[in-house]
Amino acid sequence: MSTLIEVNNLTRQFGDHCAVNNVSFSLDKGEVLGFLGPNGAGKSTTMKMVCGNLTPTVGEIKINGYDIIEQPKLAKAELGFLPEIPPLYPDLTVDEFLSYCAKLHGLKKAAIKKAVEHGKGKCGLSDMGKRLIANLSKGYQQRIGIAQAILHNPSVIILDEPTVGLDPIQRLEIRSLIRELGKEHSVILSTHILSEVQQSCSRVQIIHHGKLVLNESIGGLSRRMTSSSLLVRFRDQANLNTLRSINNIESVDTLEDQQYRLHHKQGVSVAASVAEMAVNQHWGLLELTPEKHNMEDIFISITQDSDANE
Amino acid sequence: MNSFIIAGRELRSLFLSPLAWTILGVTQLILAYMFLTQIDFYLSIQPKLIGIPNAPGVTDLVVAPLFGNAAVILLLITPLLTMRVISDERRNKTISLLFSAPISITEIILGKFLAIFAFLLIILFSIALMPLSLLTVGELDMGKFSACLLAMVLLMASFNALGLYMSAISSQPTVAAVASFGALLFLWIIDWAGSNSGNGSSLFEYISIMRHFESLLRGLVHSTDIIYFVLFIAGFLILSIRRLDNDRLQK
Repeated sequence: MSTLIEVNNLTRQFGDHCAVNNVSFSLDKGEVLGFLGPNGAGKSTTMKMVCGNLTPTVGEIKINGYDIIEQPKLAKAELGFLPEIPPLYPDLTVDEFLSYCAKLHGLKKAAIKKAVEHGKGKCGLSDMGKRLIANLSKGYQQRIGIAQAILHNPSVIILDEPTVGLDPIQRLEIRSLIRELGKEHSVILSTHILSEVQQSCSRVQIIHHGKLVLNESIGGLSRRMTSSSLLVRFRDQANLNTLRSINNIESVDTLEDQQYRLHHKQGVSVAASVAEMAVNQHWGLLELTPEKHNMEDIFISITQDSDANE
Repeated sequence: MNSFIIAGRELRSLFLSPLAWTILGVTQLILAYMFLTQIDFYLSIQPKLIGIPNAPGVTDLVVAPLFGNAAVILLLITPLLTMRVISDERRNKTISLLFSAPISITEIILGKFLAIFAFLLIILFSIALMPLSLLTVGELDMGKFSACLLAMVLLMASFNALGLYMSAISSQPTVAAVASFGALLFLWIIDWAGSNSGNGSSLFEYISIMRHFESLLRGLVHSTDIIYFVLFIAGFLILSIRRLDNDRLQK
């Protein structure tokens, strides 16, 4: 595996305000990195720096081995970037704009047409070639922005909130496009929509107050998301002490009319033993649900934890 | 090469807006009117000139004043052309397209400069057609005529470079237009101080654009004047590059 993006000790200062504080990460070929964080956490600043739109105060960024400051042309040739606001010229048609972008990235004349057709096809713009960008809806403009970023077949694609303004169907298409791109390129994706990250990313990073607070593979994240509690409801009154005596159960909370939350050790399932006990004791089992954390819970707990630590 | 791509798009956008056509039309109309009145004036004094040895010819009395007037009109319209080249890209965030592409800042600035310069050359071409039409009825002093053209090319490039810099430092196109118009006008008239009493500063005279322009217009191609213009253009282009580069360093 080759490392396509390498970011070391990246810091960005705006006056006294430190927008990004000592962030390091790297991305291999074939990875899709989800970049999460609350508003103002420093996501866009980091992305702008990786794309050479902003110079870091401290730190080093390498794209496919080329330093973005020292060899900007070589590094940027490997880069496709969709900023928060898609950089479009409203007075051009889609075809004109995309071939302009292809030329900017140094594509040869013969390759331009092919690249434009390919980009349009990928982003569902095939019928829009002759339309003026100013007359297209926000969703279509967003698609042009994505098409522009993948046009020259860059090895690193950076998308800042790519699905904003898209309809649900288009959003699904873009997600599968991102997964497909992830096979041959490295993709960094920033978004607010957590389910999007779960569906299309292979790694997740959460940035908060300019610091990287989580860097985990999607597998590790789903382990974090597995439950450590069961929700049960019985017909008759249950004996709490008997319940507590089950192996691996740590504590029992009484919720309401014979409903309890059983906290157990992480990684083991106690559902079978609880069911067995309920049958033996004739409590009449009505409900037995393993509780699952979702990504929102993790996101909130991580960002709040780091708030508390400060 | 990359500069030409940027210049091509810029020029295309310019012609897609009514601004370019309006400027071409209005400039041509006003200068044609001035040209005709100048010819009229020349015809009325022609009989008197015949008696004078070494009398000024049609090039001095019609062509040079025409280009002199054109310079004043350019002073008004160049800021309108240059005002949006960089500030608009910054406002619409399209500048990040250029920043993320494998293009240097120098190429971006040169591209913008070339686009406006190409448009100004189109204006110059349509102005130059007027004196050239006189060839059908008489003769022109081709040496003086080319000196006038050289003067116009240098003047246009200088106005363009200054306008570009003003566009690079301001966040709003109108601010850029007002600032470049003000700066150009000030540089135009800076030698007025003390010129009536005869003790004008020689520094101010050197800085004034008009001094250098007028000596070229009279047919005197001095290397001092050409160096002045080249320094002026290069200086403001370098400043623009520095300023745009600063966008990425912003504190």
